[in-house]
Amino acid sequence: MRPLPELTAENTAFWTGGSEGKLMIAFCKDCAAAIHPPQLVCPKCWCEMIDSRAVVGTGTVYSYTVNHQPWAPEMAVPFALAVVDLDDAPGVRVTAEVVNVDPETVTMGQRMRVSFLNLGDIWLPQWEPAI
Amino acid sequence: MTTKAAITGVGMSQIGRRTERPAMAHLVEATKRALDCAGLSKDDIDGIATYPGKADNSPGMSPLGTGEVRNALGLQTRWHSAIPDGPSQMAPIMVAAMAVATGQARHVLCFRALTESSSQTASRRASIAGAGKARLGGWLSYLVPANAMSASNWAGWMAMRYFHEFGMTREHLGMVATGERAFAQLNPMAVMQSPLTMDDYLAARMISSPLGLFDCDVPIDGACVVIVSAADAAKDCAREPLIIEAMGAALGSQETWDQRTDLTTMGAHDSCTDMWKRTDMKPSDVDVLSLYDGFSIFVPYWLEAFGFCGHGEAKDFIAEGNIGPGGRFPVNTGGGQLSGGRLHGFGLLHEACTQLWGEAGDRQVANARTAVCGMGGGFIAGSMLLRRA
Repeated sequence: MRPLPELTAENTAFWTGGSEGKLMIAFCKDCAAAIHPPQLVCPKCWCEMIDSRAVVGTGTVYSYTVNHQPWAPEMAVPFALAVVDLDDAPGVRVTAEVVNVDPETVTMGQRMRVSFLNLGDIWLPQWEPAI
Repeated sequence: MTTKAAITGVGMSQIGRRTERPAMAHLVEATKRALDCAGLSKDDIDGIATYPGKADNSPGMSPLGTGEVRNALGLQTRWHSAIPDGPSQMAPIMVAAMAVATGQARHVLCFRALTESSSQTASRRASIAGAGKARLGGWLSYLVPANAMSASNWAGWMAMRYFHEFGMTREHLGMVATGERAFAQLNPMAVMQSPLTMDDYLAARMISSPLGLFDCDVPIDGACVVIVSAADAAKDCAREPLIIEAMGAALGSQETWDQRTDLTTMGAHDSCTDMWKRTDMKPSDVDVLSLYDGFSIFVPYWLEAFGFCGHGEAKDFIAEGNIGPGGRFPVNTGGGQLSGGRLHGFGLLHEACTQLWGEAGDRQVANARTAVCGMGGGFIAGSMLLRRA
């Protein structure tokens, strides 16, 4: 069983938005900065009015790696991990496992869309090719 | 602007793989060697510092805290500190330098002890972030649940981006790995002594692309001690004090492995820029380079961060033969962590000091007077410039 994130006031929207199929990102209500990982305060302007809202859930691969080493006994390998620039949250990347694809076909600049893996009270974002 | 601190002694235990020796036995051996090196005795030590302190989340990663070492060695101290959350594994060295500069202590024993080799079993692998915890917080919680459990994954996507932007290939990293192995073969303390060819490197299994087995450092059992002394107290020591000319610990991006705007740079770029602002010396003054190589890809990043070459130029700098045996800017002359064993930066600093004292045997760099040491990868970084008086 992989470790799961601890739910906090900052991150609950991000980790549970998948229950409604939504990728929730924190934004500052004042300066509109996208904030990730989510915070209770805007790191840019220190405004404490933070609004988590659904983004479209698509993006572009900034980088990736294909993991071949089974780090835990139950880990199935190989699989790809992608660091994805979100389309509508400037400066925010979401790193997640790439599913429903041959890991060796993941490339730079590839278009991805989010899906979710539900484990307990957590909905983990996963990436899959957008086309 | 020279600091008021110097390194006066270093010591390393007989490091190895599956030594089955207690961590404290390694630590005692390293401590005795460091005190002999410095010409100091137990009662001279009035400070102690370590990274990260006792930790049980990753097997053998940090079995000893300052309390256990104080108890075992019977030390009476005026300063103690364990720093899991500082500028890299170098944090205890930096804190010790500040402690002696402000008069809190005269001679600080800084240590790093690991038993990652002996502690590792099939189900308890070393170096797994967050191992054994049901729930994670902080930056780890955005990586480990996504199955990005190993630093090799995080370094892997950094390397992939760097390869993409600058045309670096596996062969360039192979030059780092084989070059360090060539140095290791000149260092009796290094754990990996067999020859490593480029073919061996390229044939090894992939770990997290583009990083293969020989791009990853070697878990070991061992301990390393560095004595940091006040500059005025250092004059009484057995060896020439190695002046800490400057330190850098700046960090300009978030504590994450994926959000830094340009992942072809890392925290090292911030800490090195800060370090050079504190001295009149320049990269061209440097004779010996100790650069964190938990993964081979960190070496080109550190080369660029310290300014030995420009951004994106490390692949050519490496291919031109600058960093291996006989090169103008020799890197990790003891074999580094790739071939010497993972002492979390302390082994690299040990080697820099050994070179500056002219005691590096067959791998000695002629007339070595100045060294840089960079520890850490990703957002974790600390930089140091050392020189003979």
